[in-house]
This record gives sequence, structure tokens and C-alpha cells, in this order.
Amino acid sequence: MNIDYNETIPNNVGLADDRRLLRALERWQPAYLQWWNDVGPVETSDFEVYLRTAISVDANGWAHYGHLRMPEYRWGIFLTPPEENRQIAFGQHKGEPVWNDVPGEYRTELRRLIVTQGDTEPASVEQQRDLGRTCPSLYDLRNLFQVNVEEGRHLWAMVYLLHAHFGRDGREEADEMLERHAGDPDKPRILEAFNESTDDWLSFFMFTYFQDRDGKFQLAALAESGFDPLSRTCRFMLTEEAHHMFVGESGIMRVVKRTCELMREHDSEDVRPHGGIDLGTIQKFINFHYSICLDLFGSERSTNAANYYSMGLKGRYQETKIDDDHVLTDAHVIVPRVEGDHIATEEMAALPAMNLKLREDFAMDSQRGLNRFNKAIREYGLDVELTLPDPAFNRNIGIFRDINATPEGRLISDDEWQTRKYDWLPSPDDYAFVRSLMVPVIEPGKMAGWISPPKRGIHGKPIDYDYVLFH
Amino acid sequence: MIEFSTHPDHYKHWQLSIDDRVATLALDVREDGGIEPGYDLKLNSYDLGVDIELYDAVQRLRFEHPDVGAVIITSAKDRVFCAGANISMLAQSAHGAKVNFCKFTNETRNGIEDASAHSGQRYLCVINGTAAGGGYELALATDHIILVDDGASAVSLPEVPLLAVLPGTGGLTRVVDKRHVRRDRADFFCTTGEGMRGKRALEWDLVDELAPRSRLTEAAGTRAAALAAQTDRPTGAQGISLTPLQRDIGDGEIAYRHVTVTFDRAGRTATFRLRGPDGPPPQDAAAIHAEGDRFWPLAFARELDDAILHLRFNEPELGTWILTTSGDGDHVAAADSALLANGSDWLAREITLYFKRTLKRLDVSSRSLIALIEPGSCFTGSLLELALAADRSYMLDGAFEGSNVAPATVRPTAMNFGPLPMCNGLTRLESRFLNDSSKVAEIEAETGNDLDAKAAEELGLVTFIPDDIDWEDEVRIAIEARASFSPDALTAMEANLRFAGPETIESKIFARLTAWQNWVFQRPNAVGEGGALKLYGTGKQPDFDRKRV
Repeated sequence: MNIDYNETIPNNVGLADDRRLLRALERWQPAYLQWWNDVGPVETSDFEVYLRTAISVDANGWAHYGHLRMPEYRWGIFLTPPEENRQIAFGQHKGEPVWNDVPGEYRTELRRLIVTQGDTEPASVEQQRDLGRTCPSLYDLRNLFQVNVEEGRHLWAMVYLLHAHFGRDGREEADEMLERHAGDPDKPRILEAFNESTDDWLSFFMFTYFQDRDGKFQLAALAESGFDPLSRTCRFMLTEEAHHMFVGESGIMRVVKRTCELMREHDSEDVRPHGGIDLGTIQKFINFHYSICLDLFGSERSTNAANYYSMGLKGRYQETKIDDDHVLTDAHVIVPRVEGDHIATEEMAALPAMNLKLREDFAMDSQRGLNRFNKAIREYGLDVELTLPDPAFNRNIGIFRDINATPEGRLISDDEWQTRKYDWLPSPDDYAFVRSLMVPVIEPGKMAGWISPPKRGIHGKPIDYDYVLFH
Repeated sequence: MIEFSTHPDHYKHWQLSIDDRVATLALDVREDGGIEPGYDLKLNSYDLGVDIELYDAVQRLRFEHPDVGAVIITSAKDRVFCAGANISMLAQSAHGAKVNFCKFTNETRNGIEDASAHSGQRYLCVINGTAAGGGYELALATDHIILVDDGASAVSLPEVPLLAVLPGTGGLTRVVDKRHVRRDRADFFCTTGEGMRGKRALEWDLVDELAPRSRLTEAAGTRAAALAAQTDRPTGAQGISLTPLQRDIGDGEIAYRHVTVTFDRAGRTATFRLRGPDGPPPQDAAAIHAEGDRFWPLAFARELDDAILHLRFNEPELGTWILTTSGDGDHVAAADSALLANGSDWLAREITLYFKRTLKRLDVSSRSLIALIEPGSCFTGSLLELALAADRSYMLDGAFEGSNVAPATVRPTAMNFGPLPMCNGLTRLESRFLNDSSKVAEIEAETGNDLDAKAAEELGLVTFIPDDIDWEDEVRIAIEARASFSPDALTAMEANLRFAGPETIESKIFARLTAWQNWVFQRPNAVGEGGALKLYGTGKQPDFDRKRV
């Protein structure tokens, strides 16, 4: 087979001359395309979508716009160019030169980190595969597909690391990424939040707001890695992840604004009869997505997390900007603890609490967007505030797993939880209502009634641009 | 005090359910249910308390559920089978506690294999999530391993790479000796922390069968039914109840109905006073069933079993166990023949097997065993095994002066020639006279005969036969000398002398694997301040002494 790999797979890793990578990709690429066709976006192979493609890592190359069919998207492999003389910034190898090859002693741990991260990328594509049928506008449909192809590229990025650095095991793991599927009872995705379905657009915006923000923090922590290829890969991925969060935050903002408009117009909180999504329902969706995303960070006390840090494999968010010794063997932190009927605190060693640290950074970042939503609500003269639920609320992992708590963090009984959970989480009726609004709008420039138009279009194009061409 | 008796009604960590011929034991460890404070039993990891319940369940399945032909071991937790022995528990345990814990868990797993091999209760393991370390070792003790093929669940033995110790609950031994995994593959498997999933685990013979998540229950049911169909256990039979043991524990002794152990703390000895049946035991199966757990061999074995465990865990300083018996040898012989004559009866078979396992527990106890054979004793048949299990035995030649109790005798029965083998696969007599089967034959020719001290010495059944005048001093000096030696050296010496002859999987686990593990457990690379076991969970990385020893 004579394929110009540098053309079909844009890259800055010297792919065409790398026998090991070529051998791995010859098998994996067809399997990936098959996967895209089988469980990627439903019935979209003919659509021409106005997409951004990264064709190089320089300023001109990373955002190349044009209409194209998604299966022909050029999924590329990019690493941010190496930093000269970069040193490991934390853990017991602090100050040593970064590794360009996998250290044998950490092979298993690195592989597990890469596989866990990689598994989330195709999962979200699978979770969102039906959304194209109910888009609120062409603009949003294009954004969905942009997110999808980039999640696909992020899978490529992780698979590249597996193929390039982990030999036969890496190739097997790369194959498994295409064999596990979101919500598949037999071969589910590794992390639970990536097995939930995303079948309405409010969920999609929440997903890109919360789950992709988890992605941002995970990638940021991996970008600190002493294993330089992982660090450089993640740094490049972060530029794309930012766009996904933009889709989420602007999406929720537009829904909130539309709701506020309807509230003012009809002087009522109940905007459902007028085709809007009431703020109460939006709050419930926030409660659900935020709480399952906290689970993604793992247990507050984690041996793996401690090891990853000490080994120099996964750092903290913005590690180098933190003012401490970056070794932390003698550091302590305060962690929550369930004590009878209330939540107290205790001191524990900082290393095993790494997950909690990253989770708290995520929480602060999540709150920033909510502040902007609340500012917008106030601008409509309304006295309502959207909030993040307490970390004890609706948890399946970690110290709050076995207790029930209200969004305010008050511990309650099983009975009370059963009776009241749909006061706080979307009920089947809420989902049914939101789904009832999901009617496709594909006329350029038109918006569904439950969402306001965006401020501006993509890449200088007008809002009523033909972002997706159907054939 | 560590307590070994429990009941399914009180289990914290296991769910036992029975559906016709198939029982299911589902592991559902309560995180805050550790037997000691100081650790959480996360991810279905286990400690001694979890294993005590497992031992109880395996015993009850044999005795209380005669119609169960197959037992499924699985986990009630989603996506987690068992993470093995709890690391924090091991890290905080003293050396002796670790060793005791490992020995007991090994005995329980051997008991599972014994049930599969001899009881017609075949064990299979359904791994529905991650099975790491002791979790996979539990699976290895079963006849058939089904692993969920979900792209994530793996079997692994990560002890070497993660903890700098060994998979010491039979893992290393069973991988190569039982499952016949090639040694080079086993080497790779035991050094990869993540273990093996799905297809490769099957190809490498680490598991027997794969099933997708949605078909796992069905596959387990099919396999269990097929195994149950091979059983020779009866249908519709009534099991017997293992009622709570009656015992009194005082400071100086622990007393059961047939077993009393008195403690001499100053002398660091425990004296077992073991009593034969009170009267003639029943001979036919129906009457044995009617007596149930009051039938002497069973009642005796349960009490001795409990006493051994109690002393092992709660009385570590009583380093010498003196074994004495009293009662009527005829009754013991009658009990032996009742068991053997009803060998096709499931209950009689179970009791014999249990007697065998209890003696094995004695064999591998790290205590000096000295049998004293005095007038009024009944070292007959099954009880003669106690004298043969001892490191040394003293038999009084003649009677005590001024006593009208007849001189002591010992008597072989058919029990001494097959039904009660040691872990090396040989009877205690075969081990005693390795490579001299004529000696065993000579003794077998005396089956049913009471042998006095001189005859017993001549046949090699006893070590010394002091007379009335020498007895007290000889025995006292032997016991005092014993108590003065290094306990470590004695344990090591006894373990080497007791098991002459061939090796079996069981003997390798107790000798080779356990000995190496106990060595590793002492080494700074595992348990020193910078050792991997000590640091596990802290994120601090071990600092190994790189010298090979």
C-alpha cells in the first residue's frame, strides 16, 4: 500500500519515516475509520461541515478552516515543540532532565494513565452520536461535529503515544480503545460518567462545560509530566479542549439568556409552556453533571494518584506556579470526613490527596462560568442564582459514596434521598420535557425556541452561514 | 482475642446463597468492617476477619448442605472482584501476625481444593471485575476460572512490582504447578502490575473461560450445573448443623467437651488433654447422622481445630504443645471403623476429610509438638496420628508406681494407613519410614493390636520409652530444653524435619513459598522504613538495597 501518510495524517512526529508507527497505524487507521462509521455521528458521512483542521503546530497551521466530509477529516498527530532543557518539575525526580523514552520502571503506570485518558475521547463521540438529529441550529450542529472530530483527534494523540512507546502492549491497548463502547453492557468505557448517554442538547452543553473541563484539568496535570512526549501531546490538546468548553459555556449561557427573556416576557418562572427550559431544570442538570464529574477525579485518598505524583508522571494543575517544594513528602492537607451525621475535616498526607487537589481546582474553575451566568441573570433583573452542589451530593466514588446529602451538603437518610432526589436531579419527566424541545432546526441563521443566537459566527462568518451542507 | 467461630447470619463480608445443587459465595466486603482498627477494606480487599467467614462458609457447605455439588465464588460488587489482602493491614501488622494470617488463608484455600477433589463439591470462580493478588489467588484455588471479558477486568499478581513481596497465598505455586502456565510467561505475568485481560489471560492459561458481561451469569450457571452434575453427593439428603462450640476460656486454660488445653506461661508450654469417646460410638450411618455434630470424631475435630487456631493467634509465646490423650482405645477404634465402614456415606466421608485437615493444621503449626503416652491414654488409630505428628514422643514403659492403671499401649487402625495423609501426600507412617515400606507393613500387620512401650519402640512408633523412675526427669528436661531454644530456629528446623519425602502443591506452598515469603517479610526492602510495603499508599517511593542476597 502506497499512502502518503504525511498528507493524510498531518503530523510533526516524522511519521512517514517511522517504521514502528507506520506498521501500527496501517492496522489501526482502518479500524478507527470503521469505528467512526459504526458508532460515530449517526448518518452524517455525506454532510459537508465547516471544520477547523490542525495541519501544523505553528500559528498559521493549527486552525485551518474549510468544508469537508467528516470521514475525510485529517486526524493528525501533533506535539507542542519541545522545550529546551526541560526538567522534571516535581516528585522524587525533580530537577532531572525529562524523559523522552518511557522509563521501564514506570511503564505500567504511564500506560494506565494514557489508556484512562484516551478512553474518554472516543467515549464522548459515542455518547453524542445521535445529537445531530436534533440540533437547535446549523451553528450548533457544526460545533458538535467540531467537538466530535477533535475528540477523535485526541484519541489519535493518545494512540500515538501507545504505538510509539509501548510496543505490543500499546498496540493491544489502542485496539481496545475501539472495542470498548460508551454504555455497552459488555465492554463499557472505563470511567462511569462516560457511559451515560448524552441525548439532548442541554446535556451536551453541560457535558462540554463539565466533562470537558475535567478533561482540561486532567490534560493540564498530564502536561506537567516528566515523560516529555505525554507532556507535549497534552499541551497541544489543551488548545482544542478550550474550544469544547467554549461550546459548553456559551451554550449554557444562550439557554439561560433565552429562559430569562421568556421569564421577563411572561412574567413567570414557569417558561415551559412557552417552549423554554426553566432555571430550575437547568439547575438540576448542573447538579447532575457536576456531581458525576467530581467522581471522575477518583477517591480523595488514592495510592495511584500519590504514586503518579512521586514518580513524576502526573503533576498538579499549573504545577510550576505553585509555591512549595514540589516533592510534598512532608506536606499535609485538610480533607473532608464523614463523621456520624455531619461532615467534618481531618488532616492527611498531601501525596495521597492529589485527586482532591485537582478536583478543587476544577470546582473553582467551574464556579467562574456560573458567576457569568448569574451576572447575565441579574442583568435581566431576576433574583435567581445558579449554584454548584456540595461535593457530598450524589457521589459514587470516594468518601461520600455511602452517604446521601442535599445540594447544600446536609446529610440525609436514604428515605429522604429517595423521596426528594428529583427535587435536585433531573427526573424522567424533566428529561422527557427537555427532549420534547429537541426539534431539529437546520435553516441557516434560525435558532430553536429554547436557545438564543450566539454573539457571532465561526471564524468571521455570519451566524446564518451554511455551516453544514446536506446532500 | 481473635475469635474463629461465626455463622452465616453474622457474616459481614460474604453472601451465601443456595439454589438447588449450586451454592454461590459472593464477596461483598464491608469497608469499615476490619477485624482490627486502622485500615479500610477497600475494593473487596480482605483481612483475617473476611477469611474466617470464608472458612466457616466452606465448612458449612460441606456439612450442612449435602446436596450442593458446585460452589461459585464471585463478588457482589460491580466491576471489582477482589483486590487481595489489604495492604494497609499487612503494613501495620507485626511479622507474626502476617505469617499467621497467610498460613490460615493458605489452609482455607487448600480446604477449597480438598472439597473439589474429595467432597464432590466443585469450586469455580467467576471473576466479574479486577482480581489482583490474593483475589486472583483465591480464584486459583478453584477448579475453573471464568473471567469477564469487558476490555478492562484483569487477573494479576502485582506483589513483586508494587509491594516488593510475593503472592504468598499459593499464587506463585499454583500458576506453574497447578495451572501449568509456562515459567517464562509466569515470570512476565508476575512482574507486570496490571496483569492480563481477556484473550491473553485465556491463551496463557491464567483463566479457563471468558464471558462477556451480559452473559457472565449464564456462563457461570452453565458451568456450575455441569460441575454439579458430576458430584457423587446425594440429592435430597439432610445436612447436619454445626452448632456453636461450647468452650470456656480462662486465663490458664481453654476447655471444650473433648479437648482441654492448659497453659504453663512460665514454662511456655500448652498441654492438650484430648479425650476419646465417652462410650461406644454408633456404627451405622443413620445413627451417625442422628448424632450429627455430637458424633465424637466430628466434635473432637472441631474442638481441636478451634484450639489450634486459638493458640496460634492468641498465645504466640506458648511455644511447646504437649499432646496427651485419655479414654478407651476401643471406643476410638470403633469410631475409626464406623467412619471407614461408612466410607460411601457423604457425612462419614466429610468427617474423615475434616479429621485429615485438622491434623494437617497441626503439622504446619509453628510449635514444638511433644506427645506423652501415659497409662490411661488412647493413642489409637486416628489419635495415634497425633503422636506420629509430634516432633518427639515419650511413652511410659510399664505403670506408674502405686497406680493400678494398666501400662500405656498404642494401637494402629486402618486410619493410619491411608485416609489421613499429610500435605506431602504420604501418611505420617510413610513419611516416618521413607523408603522403607517394610516398616510400615510391619506396623500394618499389627492393626488392631495394642502395642506396649517396648513393641512400640521396636516398631519405631515412639521416640523414647522411659520407665517410671526416669519418666519425670526425662520428660521435664526435654520440655525445658525445648522451651530454651530460639523459637525461630525451632520453627525452621521442625518445618524441615516434619515433611520428608515428595513435594506436592500444598507442601510447596507451606515450605518453599511460605518460607521465601517470610524471608521477604523480614527484609528492609519490604518492611523497612523505606520498604515498599511500608510506603505503599503514601506516594513515597521505596529506596531498595540493590544488593542481591
